[in-house]
Amino acid sequence: MSLTVNAIRIGVARGWTMFRHLMTTADGLGNTVFWNGVPLGYLILNRNTEIEGVPFSLATLALPGLIGLAITASAYGPAYYIAAEREDGTLLRTKAAPYGIVAYVTGVLVMATLETMVSVLVLLVPGIILFDGLVLPDAIGWLMLVAVTVLALMATLPIGVIIGSVVKSPRLIGGVGLLVIGGMTILSGIFIPLQAFPGWLQVVAQAFPPYWAAMGMRSVFLPDAVVAGEIGQSWRTLEMFGVLGAWALVGALVAPVVLRRMARRATGSSVEANRQQALQRM
Amino acid sequence: MYYMTELATDPRPAGVPNADPAIAVSGLRMRYGTHDVLHGVDFRVERGEVVTLLGPNGAGKTTIIEILEGFRTRSAGEVLVLGKDPEHGDEAWRSGIGIVLQSWRDHAKWRVRELLTHLGEFYAPFSTAERPRPWPVDDLMELVGLAPLALQRISSLSGGQRRRLDVAIGIIGRPDLLFLDEPTAGFDPEARRGFHDLVHRLSDLESTTILLTTHDLDEAEKLADRILILAAGRIVADGSGDELARSVSTRAEVRWSVAGERFVHETADATDFVRQLLLGGEGPIADLEVRRATLEDTYMTLVRRDESAGPTRMEDRS
Repeated sequence: MSLTVNAIRIGVARGWTMFRHLMTTADGLGNTVFWNGVPLGYLILNRNTEIEGVPFSLATLALPGLIGLAITASAYGPAYYIAAEREDGTLLRTKAAPYGIVAYVTGVLVMATLETMVSVLVLLVPGIILFDGLVLPDAIGWLMLVAVTVLALMATLPIGVIIGSVVKSPRLIGGVGLLVIGGMTILSGIFIPLQAFPGWLQVVAQAFPPYWAAMGMRSVFLPDAVVAGEIGQSWRTLEMFGVLGAWALVGALVAPVVLRRMARRATGSSVEANRQQALQRM
Repeated sequence: MYYMTELATDPRPAGVPNADPAIAVSGLRMRYGTHDVLHGVDFRVERGEVVTLLGPNGAGKTTIIEILEGFRTRSAGEVLVLGKDPEHGDEAWRSGIGIVLQSWRDHAKWRVRELLTHLGEFYAPFSTAERPRPWPVDDLMELVGLAPLALQRISSLSGGQRRRLDVAIGIIGRPDLLFLDEPTAGFDPEARRGFHDLVHRLSDLESTTILLTTHDLDEAEKLADRILILAAGRIVADGSGDELARSVSTRAEVRWSVAGERFVHETADATDFVRQLLLGGEGPIADLEVRRATLEDTYMTLVRRDESAGPTRMEDRS
């Protein structure tokens, strides 16, 4: 077995352990329930809200988009973990082991993916049970669901790795990260159709993954009649794969370079300096 | 004849120079911006040696250790660690090196055995017949006294327990070379004693080469085959505690009392002075004491001498 493959295997186990810790500690579980409860609560409150020209509720219309958004929000995971774990010495600890950084990053990505899957299931399972009008995917629909999910993860997780590697402090991720996610939510076209924005903003929104991930999910779960509400009256499947694929490609090329640069700078004294700063903040 | 046999059974006794040192440093310089922290450091550590790096805060001890670990890029000089330049050390090279880091709050949600098992897995591909890797986790926890805490979350450990975990993580891969940067800071006397036993064990039974930094002179003398004193970015002394004391001062202090009256005399030849004293017939000599310079005296002399001559020191920890 190649040593890198072995490190990836260790990393997958690491990610699973971290995920288990998240689900079995009070603060981890609390965060998960809260962040997934907000969108689900929004949908349940709107399960009877009717929209003009659509034969089903706002909840049904918004659900697929929210699933897409939840997948692209997975970038938050690596951004936060890498920034926080560089500061607290977790990254340095793994860096001291042979092939440690490979396993470390694998662990972070696996954990973020598992967290995202929880978010998707929390929306999808009650949604299918509670809301009318969702199309249950056929074989091709399921394939499409998997393809959009995987591609959207590949498009956004590297963004999280890059952000986590370049920011100075994890506290920045808390503030700026939420702003970015908020902005992306508005621009995702889930709550406000993109056509309602000025032209330049439509172009901006269509340059980023959330809009396309949301639309990909709509194409899986909504009846074709709704496509009339989309730009160009089409699901634009090719464009979706194109934009998400381009982000995935750029991320795969840039993220490892940025990560390696950051990891090289992690030392015992940088962790100690962070610790001293943290003590002063208290 | 005895010497010959010893050579035959142990061709490379600890501390005897050979072609393949664990660490070889020459002309090492480190500059942060316009400020020099290390001005040409030279030293060697032979395989199997335990060497202590002593020096005041900001002398550059941590910088040296981090350069040797491959975590910091030096400004100039030659550095070989286990035969490789640490800046270009690959992962196989890294598998032979153990690092005891000062933990803070990393892996807080992990349990002790869980984390040791996980970190041990990285070393399994580098296991050899002479050096099976990793160290079996249960044996290791027993060794450092963490066995009763195996299932505790790391966030619930006390400061001393965490330091023991740091040591366990540092040696889980059965390293050929172990770096310890102030390993016993925050240890109580009992934990310190336990740690010293562990260092002796690693050195004697595992033939691990150990480089440690400390502020504790007593600890340096107890643990180390050799002591390096770093002051103002240079190695100002290199030798055993005893050798260092002699290098600073060959004089000794002789104290005695006659009929309740105390006397002190400083001399270069204590043996001769004491002989004369006892034969001198000044009456019954009591409380006779011959005191050589201690490591502490030596250290203070060397560091002060250097401070008065050397440039300003301040380690940039960025």
